[in-house]
Formats: sequence, C-alpha cells, structure tokens
Amino acid sequence: MNFDLRFPIGIMFSFYGLLLSGYGLFTNGDQALYERSLNININLGWGLVMLAFGVAMLLLSRRGRKGE
Amino acid sequence: MHIKLGVLDYLILIVYFVFVLGIGWILKRRMKASTDFLLSGRSIPAWVTGLAFLSANLGAQEVIGMAASGAKYGIMTSHFYWVGAIPAMVFLAIFMMPFYYGSKARSVPEYLKLRFDEKTRGFNAISFAVMTVFSSGISLHALAKLLELLLGWNYTMSILISAFIVLVYIFLGGLTSAIYNEVLQFFMIVLGFAPLVFLALKDVGGWSALKVKLIPVATSQGFAPGTWSESWAHMGAYNQNPMGADWFTMVAGLGFVLSFGYWCTDFLVVQRAMAANSMSAARRTPLIAAVPKMLFPALVILPGMIAIALQQAGGAIIPLGADGTPDFNMTIPALLSKYLPTGLLGIGFTALMASFMSGMAGNVTAFNTVWTYDIYQSYIAPKKTDNHYLWMGRIATVAGIIISIGCAFLASKFNNIMDMLQLVFGFVNAPLFATFLLGMFWKRATGHGAFFGLLGGTASAALFHGLAHTKGAEVGIKGAWLAQKFIFNSEMAQNFTMAIVAWTTCFVLTLLISLATARTKTDAELTGLVYSLTPKPKAEDEPWYQQPVTLGIIILVLTLILNLIFW
Repeated sequence: MNFDLRFPIGIMFSFYGLLLSGYGLFTNGDQALYERSLNININLGWGLVMLAFGVAMLLLSRRGRKGE
Repeated sequence: MHIKLGVLDYLILIVYFVFVLGIGWILKRRMKASTDFLLSGRSIPAWVTGLAFLSANLGAQEVIGMAASGAKYGIMTSHFYWVGAIPAMVFLAIFMMPFYYGSKARSVPEYLKLRFDEKTRGFNAISFAVMTVFSSGISLHALAKLLELLLGWNYTMSILISAFIVLVYIFLGGLTSAIYNEVLQFFMIVLGFAPLVFLALKDVGGWSALKVKLIPVATSQGFAPGTWSESWAHMGAYNQNPMGADWFTMVAGLGFVLSFGYWCTDFLVVQRAMAANSMSAARRTPLIAAVPKMLFPALVILPGMIAIALQQAGGAIIPLGADGTPDFNMTIPALLSKYLPTGLLGIGFTALMASFMSGMAGNVTAFNTVWTYDIYQSYIAPKKTDNHYLWMGRIATVAGIIISIGCAFLASKFNNIMDMLQLVFGFVNAPLFATFLLGMFWKRATGHGAFFGLLGGTASAALFHGLAHTKGAEVGIKGAWLAQKFIFNSEMAQNFTMAIVAWTTCFVLTLLISLATARTKTDAELTGLVYSLTPKPKAEDEPWYQQPVTLGIIILVLTLILNLIFW
C-alpha cells in the first residue's frame, strides 16, 4: 500500500473551502464582520480559492491512482 | 492584545487536529522496523520530502521572528533567504546529498563516524540531542505563552495539550507522520497567510506606497531614506543600516558560515531529504524546497515591513511590550487579529499553531533517531534486535516530549537559562560546516583533526563572545564577560562575526592537525564519503532539465534576479 498524501490534503482543503465560502455567502453584506478586511468578503473569495486547491489535489490523487 | 475566536474558528482548529492525528493513525500499521519509524524506510516521494524540508524549518522562530526582523531591519531581512538559505540548499543538493544518501549513514552524526571517528560522532550526536530537546521545549513554551496572551488559555493546559498531540502523531507514525504533517502545515501557512498579506498590502496602498511610507521609518532612526526597502544599497558600511553589518560580514557570516552550517549539516532538515525514496529524489528535495523558500519573504518578511510602516504613520499596530517599546514578536498575531474576520481567522490562527507544533515535532523526530542509533545503539546497548530499537525509538519519543515539557516550564521560570543554552548551542554550531567541508572534499582530513578542530572552533566562539560587545547591551549573556574588545552596532553583526571566527579557527586547526596526524581510514573505507574517492552519481534516466545541476542553476539565477529587483 502506498499512502497518497494528496488525498487527505485534498479532503481537508475542500472541506475548509466549502466551510469558508458557505459562511461567506451566509454573511454576505455583513459590514460589521468585513470592516476589518477592508470591506472585502474575504471568506467567500478565499474560501473558493481553497476549494479549488482542494479539488485540484483530489483530482491529482485520483489520476495518480489510475496510473498505477 | 486579545484575539477573539468564533465557533467557526474553533471548528477549523479542531478539524486540523483531527487530520493531524488521523494521518498518524493511518500510518501506524506501516511501522514495522526501526527504519520505518526513524527513517521513514526511505520511501517518500520528492515533492513531499521537499515541502517537509522547508516546513521543518518553518517553526515559530521563522514565522514570528522573520516578521519581527522585517519590522526591525526592513527588506534586508531577505538576505536570510536570498543570500543564506537558497545557495546553501542548492549546495546541499548538488554536492553533499550524494554522501549523506549514498553512504550507509542513517544520520548526520553517523556520517561523521564513518568519515572520521567515534569521538567526532559522539561530540556531534550528544550536543545535537541535547540541543533538539531544548529547542523543542522552547517552541512549546513560546506557543503556550502566545496562547495565554492572545486567547487567555491556561499556560499549563496549553503545554500539555500541544505536547500530547505531537506525541500521539509521532508515536503512531514516526518520521513519516511528522513529514506528512509538515506538508499539511506548509499548505496551511501559505493558504492562511496569503490573504493576510494581500489585505495588509492593499491597506498600505501597494508596494510603491509602502516604499514611500517606509522612508520616515528609516530617516527617524538616522538612516538613508531607502534603507527599509532596498536590500543591498545600504550594505557598504556597517553604520549605514540597522543590521549593523557591512556586506562582507553579512555574506561571510550569515550567507556562508551560518546558513551553510544550518542547511547542510543540521540533521533536523537533512533527515527529511534522507527519507526520500531514491538518490535522485533526495537530491531534488532541497531544490524543490528552494522554490517556495525563494518566495517566502513575501509571506513572512513583508507583513513586518507593512506593520512598521503603518505604525510610523500613526496606526497602533504592534503592541508594546513590558518595557514600553514595541514587541516585534507580536507583529504576526497583531496583523491576524487586525485584518482577518472570523472564518479566515481560524485558518490563520491554525496555521500559526501548526507551525509551532511542527517545529517541535521536527526536533523530536531528529532527537529520537540520533538518540536511538547514535547514542543508545552505539554506546549503551549495541547488537540488539531491530525490534528492540523500534521500541527504543518509541521510548525516546516519549522521553523527548517529557523532557521538552520540562524545558518549557524551566524556560517560563528562568529565562536566562534558555538564553544561556542557546548561546552555547551557537558556539557548538558555528564551526561545524568547516568540519564537513574538509571531510567531504579533502581525503587527508583525519579524525583527530576534525575533533580537535571542532573543539577549537567552539572554544574560539566562546572566547570571542567574551570579548565582543554590542553597544547598549548588558554585559554577560550578551557578551563582553571578559573585556569589551570588539564593539558592534547590533547583536546580529556580533553573531555573524563570531561565526566567521569560529569557522576559520575550526578550518585552520582541522587542516593543520590533519597534516600532523596519520590517516586512520584507507581510500577504500572512504569511498562514498569523500568527493574525490566517490564515483560521480550517474544521471539516472532523467532528462537534462530534471537533473539537480540544471535545477540548481535555474534556482540560483532566479535568486540573483530577486536580489537585483530589490537591490
């Protein structure tokens, strides 16, 4: 068995990405919350970046498994 | 200063620890021999060892300390990366890795035993083992103090919980577990700090606005306007820059002696490369690490520069310490709490906590290997079964963590003891690279030469420290306990010069004593350990653009370009 680290990394960051972007959607327009981040909904934006990273890792890990 | 974490932030923190412990749990079944536990069975792909190589050094000192230096010294701090770390990593990959990975050595001290003799190994192994458990304790103490300060957590509980998590995942999955978690932590740091830097840079108005805002920072301290934003332009003389060092002292002391000494001989980082699954992967490990390392100043130094610029412009960013001056070590936590809303704050905070813990884990995994192979197997209980050493590796992990906890409490009670120990480690480390350089590239270097050269180098460092004085520093732990013979503008410059003195002493002594003593190892015994007696590593079946030399040259050219851009 060879343990592919890309898989847990992919799972973890996809989860964080969903969590943050979901929270970002939910709190969109909440000025009190996003005042500190210069009125940018950084949870939504960066959550999507993390989700994309997580999914990319999952895809790489799947491709790696097929290649074996 | 206080950070308030929301429910979501705590959830993110808990999920991270679930993954960390889960990885240890999955790896548990694979730990069958002592080499699986302590050396990862040499089975890990290069991209993983590469990121772990980088991450093992990305502990508390790096993240917190580099931001602090960014505020104190400005962009000159990048010399730690673009003059120090990167060239050293390329050198390790191209010239030194073939000997570490190609010889049968399981650790850096064991290489010294094969190349020189028992006493040289003993000196290195014992000083290294002591050093790692104390460093691990210092990491633990710093983390607990931060948690107490920021979140109001109980100091003792913080120590016990963090130590317990580190213990569990190493105990289960050994070095592999530590390495995998270092990779996880690497991505946490990058993904957690990038939005922080983005927001801070936007707040200050971009890079060109930052340069303008850094002018009063420099002029108010009596330096030329561009001192905080130009890395080389003010290195002509020691009194032109806040580092207090001219270009020669910086390049020789920091770039050559300290950085090469750390990156090329410290088993904590070298161990990661030695866990790679092939010679070519081992050689690519530091090169893969060098690429993100090149860009790290943007993540760790830039925030410090932004903080000091905003501070100068009247914003109260960096909290004041007990003595009323800005506490630069609080720069990163202060920025986290200033810019990140609940949600992302959890990611940033988790990244910070993870970096402390992986700093600790790195030390513990290096400690258990050196203890088990270089001290226990060599001096206490040789010729036991491998199962016995696997058991010992686990015991050493537990013992290492318990001693770390003890050191953490010691550090919280007697700060001076820790300063003193770190000082002594500095004396021992400074000359080390001279020994390796001569050992690897000069077959005539002998065991007596290496051992007494190291002792002499260490003694000269201590002696120099006794004679050197930094303006305004107290006499004693900071130096000058013999006389104030050499006066420096900053502690950093004093440190660089001490390294140069120690390295030169060790180099000259090793050279002379080697010539005066007989060789004890034949050419045949030194094959695979010395450059001229080792067949060149065959370019395995990889194309020219994937070979270490090609990659190394590309990395050095890119680093040169970075130096020129920010000259």
